[in-house]
Amino acid sequence: MVAHRSLTQIFAAPLVIAIVSTVGLISALVGDGWWDAVSWVALGLPVLLYLLFIWRRRPN
Amino acid sequence: MTATTKSLRRWGAVHKWTSLICTLFMLLLCITGLPLIFHDEIDDLLHSQVKPAEAAAGTPPANLDHLLANALARAPGKVPHFLIWDRDEPGAMWVSVGPTIDADPTNNLLIRMDTHTGAYLDSPDVTGRFTYIMLKLHTDMFAGLPGKLFLGLMGILFCVAIISGIVVYAPSMRKLRFGAYRAQRTRVVRWLDVHNLAGILLVAWTLVVGFTGVINTWADLVLKMWQFGQLAEMTAQYKDRQVSSKLTSLNGAVEVARHAVPGMTPSFVAFPGTLFSSKSHYAVFLHGDTPLTSRLLKPALIDAETGDLTDSRDMPWYVSTLYVSQPLHFGDYGGMPLKIVWALLDILTIFILATGVYLWMRRRKAGVSVERAIASAASIDNPALTS
Repeated sequence: MVAHRSLTQIFAAPLVIAIVSTVGLISALVGDGWWDAVSWVALGLPVLLYLLFIWRRRPN
Repeated sequence: MTATTKSLRRWGAVHKWTSLICTLFMLLLCITGLPLIFHDEIDDLLHSQVKPAEAAAGTPPANLDHLLANALARAPGKVPHFLIWDRDEPGAMWVSVGPTIDADPTNNLLIRMDTHTGAYLDSPDVTGRFTYIMLKLHTDMFAGLPGKLFLGLMGILFCVAIISGIVVYAPSMRKLRFGAYRAQRTRVVRWLDVHNLAGILLVAWTLVVGFTGVINTWADLVLKMWQFGQLAEMTAQYKDRQVSSKLTSLNGAVEVARHAVPGMTPSFVAFPGTLFSSKSHYAVFLHGDTPLTSRLLKPALIDAETGDLTDSRDMPWYVSTLYVSQPLHFGDYGGMPLKIVWALLDILTIFILATGVYLWMRRRKAGVSVERAIASAASIDNPALTS
């Protein structure tokens, strides 16, 4: 539990992730090679974070 | 009750109802969409097809008139609608034929031809395939245009549910760190955390895939708009002509189009009288060669009697929007790794939908309620929200 969080605190991380995802969605459209790799990493990030948060505090 | 609490309740109601109405259909779309991400791989695995002859690099393609004649010899009594270059397999081309020129092209027979020899390869009946059934369920639930537009409406509700979900995420997270997962708590709390976490992580992707899906349901209408707009304009002086009985060389028409639009590659040819052309023209559609421009088509209209170029223009913005929205929906523009990421994101979306339904069912039971689960983590009067 933490103290009351402000809207900025609540939405800071989601906003960054949304921006990174958008970059990922666009980059593979722009070019091939490295551009594709950027999109794999950027769009893979939400999946990775999900697994990380769930596994870190998995019930025994 | 403060104005903020009232407004939050309203957003909560919007989230609940838009989600409830679309969830069942979204589940159908997510589940059928999953194999569709890999439709090429699945088709390769389940269905064998005749391989085109090995052609050394630089082998010139067969004369298209010869290729077309060979294809039509396999389909007596049928007329050609489209000639299509296979995007993924340069050694093969498709000739799409129907019983008459104005027959519904969705029921057409597809004949696969060798690009270099012009010989017949095969004409697989795709309508019994697993991927075809998934595709039909995914695009119109076998209900034609009404089914398509209905699913588009569900997609709009899905987008509204996502946006309202962002709003109701705030009160839920007032006392929780980002990514909180209360593993020791009851299932309703854990699944609320999964719903919130996956929901907020996937916001950009679900919104983009959801909305581009909606745009795709309007494809038929966009095509009609183009036909009555730009295409009619380009072919205005031909408007009273009937479908030409004797057509000029297809191969010649494609050559004229190549010269008229340098730097672009033919994607498909629509024969005179089809949806994509006038009654008097071959419409040769060409594409660029970057991932983005390869999605944007430019038609060159060739007079089917004289073989001369009539006009060539860039497609209007509404058609370009449709073409750019397709890869963003399909996830097929960044190789196999992107497809896998797409599939994982799709599975997480199924989690969001399933936990959402569960939370709604629990909400109606007395005792452990979602409101309580939220209330235990947040207080109603948050200065950050009221200020």
